[in-house]
Amino acid sequence: MKPEDLLFAETHEWVHVVDQDGSKIATVGISAFAIEQLTDLVYMELPAVGTILATGQELGEVESVKAVSPLYSPVGGEVIDVNTALPDHLETLGESPYEAGWIAKIRITDESGLSKLMDYAAYQQQCAAES
Amino acid sequence: MTNPPLRTPLYDWHASHNGRLVDFAGWSMPVQYRSIIQEHTATRTGVGLFDISHMGRLRFNGSGASALLDRLVTRRVARLKPGGIRYGLVTSDQGGILDDVLVYHLAQPDGLSRWMMVVNAGNREKIVRWIGQHISESEDVSLEDRTLETAMIAVQGPAAVGLASTALGIELAGMKYYTGTITLIDDHELIVSRTGYTGEDGCELIVEAAFATELWQRILDGGASVGAMPVGLGARDTLRLEAAMPLYGHELTESIHPFQAGLAFAVQLDQHDFIGRDALAAIKASGSWPRRVGLTLSGRRAAREHYKVLAASRAIGEVTSGSFSPTLNQSIARAYVEPA
Repeated sequence: MKPEDLLFAETHEWVHVVDQDGSKIATVGISAFAIEQLTDLVYMELPAVGTILATGQELGEVESVKAVSPLYSPVGGEVIDVNTALPDHLETLGESPYEAGWIAKIRITDESGLSKLMDYAAYQQQCAAES
Repeated sequence: MTNPPLRTPLYDWHASHNGRLVDFAGWSMPVQYRSIIQEHTATRTGVGLFDISHMGRLRFNGSGASALLDRLVTRRVARLKPGGIRYGLVTSDQGGILDDVLVYHLAQPDGLSRWMMVVNAGNREKIVRWIGQHISESEDVSLEDRTLETAMIAVQGPAAVGLASTALGIELAGMKYYTGTITLIDDHELIVSRTGYTGEDGCELIVEAAFATELWQRILDGGASVGAMPVGLGARDTLRLEAAMPLYGHELTESIHPFQAGLAFAVQLDQHDFIGRDALAAIKASGSWPRRVGLTLSGRRAAREHYKVLAASRAIGEVTSGSFSPTLNQSIARAYVEPA
């Protein structure tokens, strides 16, 4: 996936939504900018499959040498799949943030959060202001 | 608190070399340039260069300098020979730690000697005030804060002494650990000491501010073949934590006394009088205080400052510093725990 095809949260998660068997499925990850800012990742915690998340609820955590950063779910729904290869291969987050570095798939029950997300151009402006 | 952070003489260099600048103890300092782990590893295997100009550099002028310092610091320093450097603590009347410092006694080229103290950035103003309160009218001594006129650079790592010797044109290998000297480089005064805060061999340099960037670049260029790289405060913290060195504001505070901090070696109760001595003698006699311990964690997650230490679900202490250790590839921490 190209970043231009994704939506971004202020808190640096990205989302890609597809229709599948009548449901909307969101794939969630962390932006390349956020990974670069964090640097030195040493640990990550994934949600359990089956977890029900409200929009904005904590989805997991990434920990770098300096700090712990929570990940927030941009949508509400049920976690139906997680990328179990990631915690042992944190480098994947930096090498392929929008493909192999996906974190979780969520079957959406509350899509109200999607309208608050940015397209890539707007997100890049936010990053430029932050760096 | 609304004052803008101070900039070291190397600020422009950091800003133009990818330094990620953060406010630290009133200074704008690079926390990292690329990766904390890379910078940490470079220091353990080659050379790391650190801008430590935020540290306070205080000079003591006058014949009363040694007597004043002996009264201010827990370590006996009055008899320190020129060239000697000592680690010591400045304590309050109650024995609490106001700062941990280095006292330098340096031989000057003119045959006289010079007394200096290097203090933590965050404590500089407090210590300057404290010293001012303890100089009496009758004493021939004055304090000169040289922090803003000078820069301080640490060169640390197994290849540091060789690199610095070549770059500075001085043979440092013959200098003992915790000694220092005053020399000249390109007609600029340079103070070189065999000291550091990483657990590696190396040296620390004090030079006038206007020459700092040239000196920094010269050492960095000279160290290209041994992997020398600039290192920010992030790796400075992981390096000192691995080396079990305490950090003021974490392991050391005004409510912690030196015995608790495991720094009994720096307290010479019987050899001289100093501020806090009576209180420390009483504390030592009581024999009961929390112990500073080192912890290793089973995974890579860090135990951060203020996390509780539990034994059988009971809180027995609190973490003061904790991080992933790049050398050990697991997390380590420092904590104070109740005595057994």
